Amino acid sequence: MNVLPPPCAFDHDTGPRTTSEGRPPVVEVLSAEKLFPNRTRGLAPIDLTIADGEFLTLIGPSGCGKSTLLKLIANLIEPTDGRLLWWRGDHGQVGQEGRRLAFVFQEPTLMPWARVEANVRLPLELADMPRVEAAPLVEDAIARVGLSAFGQHYPRQLSGGMRMRVSIARALVTQPNLLLMDEPFGALDEFTRNKLDDDLVRLWWDRKLTTVFVTHSIYEAVFLSTRIIVMAAGPGRIFRTMTIDEPQPRGVGFRDSPKFAAYCRELSTWLAEASLPRSSGGEA
Amino acid sequence: MKPLLQSDAFVRVAAPVAVGIVLFGLWEGSFRLASVPVYLFPKPSDIFISLVQHGPSLLRALLVTLRVTLQAFVAATVIGTLIAFMFVQSRAIEVSLFPYAVLLQVTPVVAIAPLIIILVKNTQISLTICATLVALFPIISNTTLGLRSVDPGLANYFRMNRASRLKTLIKLRIPGALPYFFGGLRISSGLALIGAVVAEFVAGTGGRSSGLAYEILDAGFTLDIPRMFAALFLITLTGVLLFTVMAALSRLALSNWHESEIRAET
Repeated sequence: MNVLPPPCAFDHDTGPRTTSEGRPPVVEVLSAEKLFPNRTRGLAPIDLTIADGEFLTLIGPSGCGKSTLLKLIANLIEPTDGRLLWWRGDHGQVGQEGRRLAFVFQEPTLMPWARVEANVRLPLELADMPRVEAAPLVEDAIARVGLSAFGQHYPRQLSGGMRMRVSIARALVTQPNLLLMDEPFGALDEFTRNKLDDDLVRLWWDRKLTTVFVTHSIYEAVFLSTRIIVMAAGPGRIFRTMTIDEPQPRGVGFRDSPKFAAYCRELSTWLAEASLPRSSGGEA
Repeated sequence: MKPLLQSDAFVRVAAPVAVGIVLFGLWEGSFRLASVPVYLFPKPSDIFISLVQHGPSLLRALLVTLRVTLQAFVAATVIGTLIAFMFVQSRAIEVSLFPYAVLLQVTPVVAIAPLIIILVKNTQISLTICATLVALFPIISNTTLGLRSVDPGLANYFRMNRASRLKTLIKLRIPGALPYFFGGLRISSGLALIGAVVAEFVAGTGGRSSGLAYEILDAGFTLDIPRMFAALFLITLTGVLLFTVMAALSRLALSNWHESEIRAET
C-alpha cells in the first residue's frame, strides 16, 4: 500500500519562543525528571514543547509515566529536577492561575447531590465568580457538550457518556487555554467513546484549545491528535513522536480511510517496540 | 389509574394495618373466651376505655415526655454535629476525645441518671441531660463518618481548584455527609425517647416527675394495669411518629440523589 505518509518526527525543541511550526508555546518541559519517593525513576529527563492549539496525545505501556508527565504539565506535582514553563500570549506564566488550566479525569467525578448546572458551575464558584456572571458561561458550556436539555438533571439520571460530557463542560466553563485529559473515555463502551471523540475534535477545533490527552487506545490517539508521543517505561521517557497529518476538523471519513489504518498500524508497531525491555538492558 | 390494591403506597399502609387489626382481634377474642381478669392482663378494649378515661392526665404526661424527648433530640443533634465537625478538623482532636465519646455511650443511663437528678435541681433539665447523653453518640459517630467519607476524586478536584477549607466543607463535605447524618438522626430520635422514659423512671421512683414513665409507675403502684398499657401505648406511638418524621425528612433531603432513597424504576 502506497498511501502510508512518512510519520515525521517532531524534534526536541527547547528554548525557542516559537515551535518549529511557528506557533507560540503554551508549555515547555525543560529536562524535567521525576524520582519517586522509593528512589525509582518515574521519568527520565524529558524535553517537550506543547504548541498553542495542538492536540497532543501521550500513549505508551503502563508504567511509562504518561500520567506523571500529565500531572507535571498540570502543575499538580513538581519535577525532581529540571523545570516547566507555562506561557501565555504576553509571555506571563499562567501555571499559578488555576482557571486557565482544566483537567478531566478518567471518572466524571461529579457531585451526586448537585444538578448538572451546579456541577458545571463548580469551578467558577470555587473561583468566587458571582452567579449572574457565571450563568451565561455555564449555559454555553452545557450547550457545547450537547446537554442543554439536561441542565436540571442529577448525575444519576444520566448515562456514563453523558456524565463524561458534564465533566468536559465543567472543564470548558473556565475557558482554559490548556485542557488536560487523563484517559477520559477509558471506562466507556466503544460506541460512546467514538461519539465523544467526534465531539471532542469539534470542540477542540472550534476553540483552538490546546489539549494534552492520555489514552490507551491507538484508534483514539490517531483520530484525535495532531501529534502523538509514544512513551516507554523503565524509566519513563519519550520513545518516538508521530505527527498525524490530516486536515481538521476530522470526521467519520477519516476513521474509515486507509490512511487512518496505516497510521494505526504504524503506531501499534511502535507501541510494541516501546513495550520491549530496553536492548541495553538492566538499568536500575 | 391503577386499582387501589396494586398501588404501592396503599399496600404499604394497608398491609401492616390489616396485620394489626387481626392481632388485636385475636387478642380481644381469645381473652374474652378465656375471661382473663383485667388486673392480670387487659384486653384491647379495656386499654382503650382506660385511655379515654384517663385521657387528660395521660395527655399531660405525654406532653411532658415529648418535651423532654424533643429538647434532648435537638440538643444531641446540635452538640453531636459540633463535636463531629471538631473531630474532622484534626486527627489529634479525634484520637484524644473519641474514647470519651465511647465511654459516654457504654455507660448505662440508668446508672448515671440518679447522679444527674441529684446534681441538677430542675427535673426538666436533668431529664433532658440524661436523654441527650443517650442520643448523642449516634450523631457524633455517623456525622464524623459522613464528613470523612469524601469521594477522593472530588476531593482532589477541590484541591486542584485551590478551594478554601471552608468552601470544601460547605460544598463537598457537608452534602456528602448528609446521608450518614440522617441515618444518625433516625437512630437518635428513638434513643432520645428511650433516654427520656428511662430517666423519668429513675426520677419517678423519687416522686419527682410527671411524664409517661411516671404514669406507668403510678399505675403499677395502684395495680391499674389498663392505664399502664395505655401509657405504654402512647410511648410506642410517639416512637413510631418520631421515626416516621425522621424518615420523611431524610427522604425530602436525599430523594433526588442518594441511593438509599431512590425508588427502583418501574
